[in-house]
Amino acid sequence: MNWFWYASPQTFYPLAGRMAPWFAGAAALLAVAGLYIGFFVAPTDAQQGEVYRIIFIHVPAAWLSMFIYVVMAFWAALGLAFNTRLSGMMASALAPTGALFTFIALWTGSLWGRPTWGTYWVWDARLTSELVLLFLYFGFIALQAAIDDPRRADRAGALLAIVGGVNIPIIHYSVVWWNTLHQGASVSVSKGASMQSQMLTAMLLMALAFWMYSIAVSLVRVRCVMRERGAA
Amino acid sequence: MLEAAGLDCVRQGRALFRALSFSLKPGERLRIAGANGCGKTSLLRVLCGLLAPNAGEVRWRGEKIASLKEEYSRHLVYLGHAPAVKDDFTPAENLEISCKLAGLTVKADAALAHLGVPADVPVRKLSQGQRRRAALARLVVSAQIPLWLLDEPYAALDAQAASTVDALIAEHAARGGAVIFTTHQETGTTQARVLELHA
Amino acid sequence: MLDAALCVVRRDLLLAWRRKSDVATALLFFVIVTSLFPLGVGAEPTLLRAIAPGVIWVAALLSSMLSLSRLFAADHADGTLEQMLLGAAPLGVVAAAKAAAHWIVAGLPLALIAPFIALQYDLQAALWPVLALSLLLGTPVLSLIGAIGAALTLGLRGGGILLSLLVLPLYVPVLILGAGSVDMASAGMGGEGQLLLLAALLVAAGAFAPWAIAAALRISME
Repeated sequence: MNWFWYASPQTFYPLAGRMAPWFAGAAALLAVAGLYIGFFVAPTDAQQGEVYRIIFIHVPAAWLSMFIYVVMAFWAALGLAFNTRLSGMMASALAPTGALFTFIALWTGSLWGRPTWGTYWVWDARLTSELVLLFLYFGFIALQAAIDDPRRADRAGALLAIVGGVNIPIIHYSVVWWNTLHQGASVSVSKGASMQSQMLTAMLLMALAFWMYSIAVSLVRVRCVMRERGAA
Repeated sequence: MLEAAGLDCVRQGRALFRALSFSLKPGERLRIAGANGCGKTSLLRVLCGLLAPNAGEVRWRGEKIASLKEEYSRHLVYLGHAPAVKDDFTPAENLEISCKLAGLTVKADAALAHLGVPADVPVRKLSQGQRRRAALARLVVSAQIPLWLLDEPYAALDAQAASTVDALIAEHAARGGAVIFTTHQETGTTQARVLELHA
Repeated sequence: MLDAALCVVRRDLLLAWRRKSDVATALLFFVIVTSLFPLGVGAEPTLLRAIAPGVIWVAALLSSMLSLSRLFAADHADGTLEQMLLGAAPLGVVAAAKAAAHWIVAGLPLALIAPFIALQYDLQAALWPVLALSLLLGTPVLSLIGAIGAALTLGLRGGGILLSLLVLPLYVPVLILGAGSVDMASAGMGGEGQLLLLAALLVAAGAFAPWAIAAALRISME
C-alpha cells in the first residue's frame, strides 16, 4: 500500500472531512456508556464514598494526555525522517487536544483532592508529572507559535517533541522518587481493594471515548491547518 | 564538478526559483544575477548545503551533497553576507580560528597583509571595508579548496580592494578551481558565465 | 575532531574573557537570587537549613539558563555560526564543545560558589561536598539540555522567555536529583544513589544531546 499517497495533503483533506463525524459519533456513544456505568452502575467506594467517581474522568484524561504526546512525537519523528508536511501538521493539530486532556486531568485531580485531603492541590506524583507534561505541551505550542516559517516551525516542534518524549520517563520516575522522599499525599482509589470490574470497564470506555474525541478533533484541526497553509 | 538539477526553492510562501539546473566545470566562474530578493542568497545557501531545496538536488563530483555532508563542506569556502568575523577578536585571531575549524593550518599575517588589513586591532575598531577585507582574507589561504561560493564579495570595497579580489578569483579559476558569486556591481564580471534569476 | 573541539572551547573561553562583565553578571544573579529567599520566607535557621539545597539548586538552574540565550545568538548574528555548520568537524562535536565552554563559564563557578551560599543558609559543613558535587555533575547536564533549547529558539522574538518555557520542564529530573542528594545526605542516608543517577544523566546527555543540538541548529539556520 502506498502510504505516501495518504501523506499528500490534497488526498487527506477530504478523507479527514469524511472520517471526523464518525469518530465524533463513536466518542459520543462511548462517553454516554462510560459515564453511565461510572456514575450509576459502579459501586460506592468503601473509603471515599461517591467522590471517587471523578476517577472516571481523571484517569482516562491522564492516560490520553500521555498517549497523545507519544502519538504527537511519533508523527513529528515521521515528518523529520521522511520530510512529509502532513506529519508535521498532524503533530501541531494534536498538541492542543493533548494539552486539554492534561489540564482536565489536573483540574479533576484538584477537585478530587479537595474533599479527600482538604486542599485544592496536592503534590501527588501523578499530578506533578501531569503538571510538567502540561508545560511540555505549552512549550511545543509556544515554540510553533513563535516561528513564522511553517517548515521551521514543524521541524523545530518535532525535535522538541522528540526530546521531550525521551525525557518523559526520566521526569516521571524522578517525580515518583521525589514524592516518596517527601511522603506526599496521593489521590487514588485505595490500592488495597482490587479494582472492581465495573470501575475498570467504565474507565476503559471513557478512555476510548476520549480517544475517539481526540481523533475527531485532530482531524478537523488538521484540516484547518491545511487551509491556513494553503495546502488543501 | 558541481551540478544542480531541478532545484525548487520556496521561502516564506514565495517561489524563488523553479526547476533550476546548471553545472559547473573546474576553472569556471559563474555569476548569479538578479534583482534584490529574487533568491540569489538562497541559491548560494542551497549550493552550500545550508538550505534544503523543496525539490531537486545538488551533486558534487557525481554524489549528492545531502549524503556527503562534511565531505562536501571540506571542499568549499562560503563567504556570506555577514562578514563572519567576531568583533572581540583581531583579524589574525579570526582567520586562524576560522581556518582551524575548516581543517586548514594557516599563517594569518601574510594573508591579511595581502589585503591590507591591520592584523592586531580588534575588529570592532575597523571600518566596514576593513571588516569585509578581513573576511576575504580567508580566500587567500583557500587556494587548495576547489569551490568558492561568494555572496556579494565586492560589497563595501574600494576600487583597489575590488581589483585584489578580482585577481584572487582569476587565479583560483586558473588553478582549476570554480567560483560562484553574486554581485550587483559590474566589476570583474567579464569572464564569468551569468545565471539570471527572475522573480 | 578533538582539535576542532578544543579550538571551539578555547575560542569561546577567550570571548568570555574579553567580555568578563557578561560572565560576572550571571554569577551575581545566582548570589542575589539566593539572598532573596531569606528575605521572603524569614530568617528562621531550621527553615533555611531545610530549604537551602532546593533554593541553591533552583537559583543555579535559573542562572545557568540566563546565559543560554547568548550561547548561539552572537555567533548567529555575525555569521560565524554558519561557518561552523560548514566546518570540517561534525556539527555535534562543535555543539558539544560550545556547551562545554558554556559550562566552564556559567556552571562550574556555581559549584564553586555554592559552599559560600550554603554558609549563608547555615547548612551543615558536612553537606557542602555533596552539594558541590551534585552541582558539578548536574550543571553540565543543564548546559547540554539548555543548548538544545538555545538552538531551537535561535533568532526568535521572545527568545529568552520562550527558552525558559522549553527548557525548565526538561530540567526537572536534574533539580530533583540534585537537591534530593543533599536532602538524603542530611537525613543520614547518604546521597550517593542520587549522585550516581546524576552521573548517569550526564553520560546520557553527553551522548545524545550534541546530536540534538546539531539537528536543532540545522533546523534553525535553514
